[in-house]
Amino acid sequence: MDYSAFGLRKKEYEIIREELKREPNESELRILGVMWSEHCSYKSTKPLLRQLPSKGDDVLQGPGENAGIIDIGDGLAVAFKVESHNHPSAVAPYQGAATGVGGIIRDILAMGAWPVACMDGLFFGNPAKDKNAGLIQGVVSGIGGYGNAVGVPTVGGKTVYDDCYEGNPLVNAMCVGLLRHKKIIRSNTAKPGHLAVLLGSRTGRDGIAGAAFASTGLEEDTKGSRPQVQIGDPFVEKLVIECCHELIDAGLIISMQDMGAAGITSSASEVAAKSHTGVIIEVDKVPLRESGMTAWEIALSESQERMLLVIDPSDFVKVAECAKKWQLECATIGKMTEDARFRLVEKGETVVDLPAKLVGDGCPEIHWPASSGTGRKGKTQHSRVRPAAWKTHLFELLRSPGLKDKSPIYEQYDHMVQINTVVPPGSPVSVLRIKQTERLIALTMESDPWACALDPFSGGAETLLKAARPLWVCGAEVLGATDCLNYPSPEDPDNYRALEESVRGLAAAATEMNCPVVSGNVSLYNESPGARIYPSPVVGLVGLLRQVNEYLPQGSWKDGDSLFLAGPLRGAMGGSMSQRLLDGSPSGAPWVFDPGQEKVFRDKALDTAHRNLANSGRVVAGGGLAVALAKEFIHSGIGASIDPQGLEDPFEVFFSEGGPRALYAVSGNKEVDFCRLWESFGCRRIGFVDGDRLHVEGNFEIELDDLLAVWKG
Amino acid sequence: MRVAVIVFPGSNCDRDVVHSLETTVGAEAERVWYESHDLPREVELVVLPGGFSYGDYLRCGAMAARTPVMDSVRRFAENGGLVLGICNGFQVLTESHLLPGAILANRSLTFLCKNCTIRVERNDTPFTALCAPNQVLQMPIAHHEGLFFLPEAQMQRLERENRIVFRYCSPEGETQDAYNPNGSMGHVAGIVNERGNVLGLMPHPERASERILGSADGAFIWNSLHSWLEEGGHR
Repeated sequence: MDYSAFGLRKKEYEIIREELKREPNESELRILGVMWSEHCSYKSTKPLLRQLPSKGDDVLQGPGENAGIIDIGDGLAVAFKVESHNHPSAVAPYQGAATGVGGIIRDILAMGAWPVACMDGLFFGNPAKDKNAGLIQGVVSGIGGYGNAVGVPTVGGKTVYDDCYEGNPLVNAMCVGLLRHKKIIRSNTAKPGHLAVLLGSRTGRDGIAGAAFASTGLEEDTKGSRPQVQIGDPFVEKLVIECCHELIDAGLIISMQDMGAAGITSSASEVAAKSHTGVIIEVDKVPLRESGMTAWEIALSESQERMLLVIDPSDFVKVAECAKKWQLECATIGKMTEDARFRLVEKGETVVDLPAKLVGDGCPEIHWPASSGTGRKGKTQHSRVRPAAWKTHLFELLRSPGLKDKSPIYEQYDHMVQINTVVPPGSPVSVLRIKQTERLIALTMESDPWACALDPFSGGAETLLKAARPLWVCGAEVLGATDCLNYPSPEDPDNYRALEESVRGLAAAATEMNCPVVSGNVSLYNESPGARIYPSPVVGLVGLLRQVNEYLPQGSWKDGDSLFLAGPLRGAMGGSMSQRLLDGSPSGAPWVFDPGQEKVFRDKALDTAHRNLANSGRVVAGGGLAVALAKEFIHSGIGASIDPQGLEDPFEVFFSEGGPRALYAVSGNKEVDFCRLWESFGCRRIGFVDGDRLHVEGNFEIELDDLLAVWKG
Repeated sequence: MRVAVIVFPGSNCDRDVVHSLETTVGAEAERVWYESHDLPREVELVVLPGGFSYGDYLRCGAMAARTPVMDSVRRFAENGGLVLGICNGFQVLTESHLLPGAILANRSLTFLCKNCTIRVERNDTPFTALCAPNQVLQMPIAHHEGLFFLPEAQMQRLERENRIVFRYCSPEGETQDAYNPNGSMGHVAGIVNERGNVLGLMPHPERASERILGSADGAFIWNSLHSWLEEGGHR
């Protein structure tokens, strides 16, 4: 049998033969080929993922389920996860992005949670090029088209532009759900005799073997891959959410799985393996959209908006009634068995008979060789801009797609439905209230591919910290993280080294900051002829504010406030927006992770917010202090005078990035307490809030209207 | 105040409206499934909430307008009952011919979710009784189809009959193209029927009824309805 045609390696094929003590048949090979693909098996990254901390006092569910869950008190918890839909979005931007949103929402639903918010990490090539612009609009409309209709607000995210994403766009969708502890649904609770019920849409040929497609590089002509992209229907998804929650409230669901990658096969074999049972699926009982589908096509179809429910046989009538109310297909397609086998039966004949554990968990890990290179670094002497041209440089930064106003994107998303959105998109953090409590949850999503390209370890750590610092500054404690590891092929030793080192950096930062990584996803092979992406791990963080008045806003300067730069005077130039704009590509050294320093920053930032010591606080991030000042000016609608006198190397002070640095506006009566809190860490008065323009003494003055015109483009 | 909030397959603001009614005026709000042939007894207000009924397939609101519950809503309105359609609910009302006009795709041809300001054109309706004349309210919109359209002659009649209750405007209360988010004819954000008991609007009062959400102006509508009913108002 030609195992390589099914994406299997020789060693993998040998293990299969050894386990089965016979030759696998074609259907079995097709199923194992998909389940053992990179996308489903994590075979290249499992050893790396083990480094990520996943435990914590508040962790109710770590990795290994559809999503992670963390306690937020009062019997409530949040479930969250980020997942990639990169390859499908490259081929069919609207449907690829839409089904990415749909899939992650079902992952949250499968835990028993009500999805309350989505975020998206989007990575595109230069938007000024027509081909990229078309793709961007397709992705944005797809996210909106699905999320808006399904009634889950899209409250924020991260948008990154770089030429390396031309032809290799990344679309990472994150969803956060809310649930009561006692309503958590897990996949290890099935027992022999329970029914496997398919709820939702009919099964068709769409998305067959999509997981395997997502595990290779993209071809020159991607049109032939269209059948591997799924088609979404948010209307049906909305009905699935409502129906599943009625069933959960009635206590009728024992276990539940989203039918995502590898459809029936992955969902059924996963419940069986985790519950130490077997499962037998009768493919003739699956409601189909088209005739003539083979057993393996049915088993691997990735048709959207389908859930696998495990229920007690005596409850089937009630479940079917509820499905009928919501106009959904509902069929018993199999049952859980005593043996530990995953079996497919077609017309009474067993066509697939595999150990359930082998299907989902049997793929051997691959340890790719890593090069011993030290990243791309290059020159460390960066171009500088003479003071007379700072204003022009600042305008160029604010005009760049990564820093400019994102409202043309997020206004296409319903970011308010469910009426929990306290801080909408357009701010470094998105904040939701939890109804009937005093609590707020705060969300961020970050990535720093340039730092990861230059120094993967530091870049990995900085990615997590970039997401954490805005939470701390707004007063939120970090509860936990979800990550999406987007990389090119691990088979190239340089790529593998970057993967290995950046995950090590991410793990180090997460461990030091007590931030459990409770869920995530890996997407490798993000490359196309002529281009490969930078290492682009994405981190989504969930933070908690216990009281509404613990929240410190941004963009809320008050007349007469003093402006302080808290933390080190300088970040790093290497890989910064400013450096890349001046030099054309990332070079130099990014910020180096210092756990002790970050912890002190965290404690002081939380203290500042909780003691109400400032009127406004913003982390110095993309574009440096200059852009932080400009954005505070724009959102506050009030000006400031900045005095750069006496600063050594003021260009770096104003345009470097990274590290624990924040800009605070403090009113006169709080200054003493603020300075006492921060003085041991670094706290410099750089100016005061005043007038209607941003004035950097001895350098430039900007009027709000001019700044807005540049920023809004 | 007893309220029925109608739920169609695909409605997604029904719970938001219930929450808003309960927290602002302590209303007893009940979600009513679209297959019901009768409204709950003693209902004083029916709300058709926002969302994507039937996925907005065919035409926004078109399928919902032909459901069993809409027969009851029509009878309720004919008897003078108060009916409020928000966003998709407004579309259902025009598709049901309880209100005139058609609601077309936004001028931008994209979905738009943003805060808007609207001017209260009439404060003699049950929905606006507590608003000051020409009061400006801040409320968000969230729709792909929000451009109100009527043939010129009918539009003139609507104006003549003073049936426009809300218009998009600047924060200072001026109607200007720059503040008309979707290109609505006459800057229309909300209209009322001849009798004045059926109102449709595109902005979402339930999204702007609590300070923590950035605006509490939507509560003027709930409070107006509440006090109108308390005072035994009838149309």
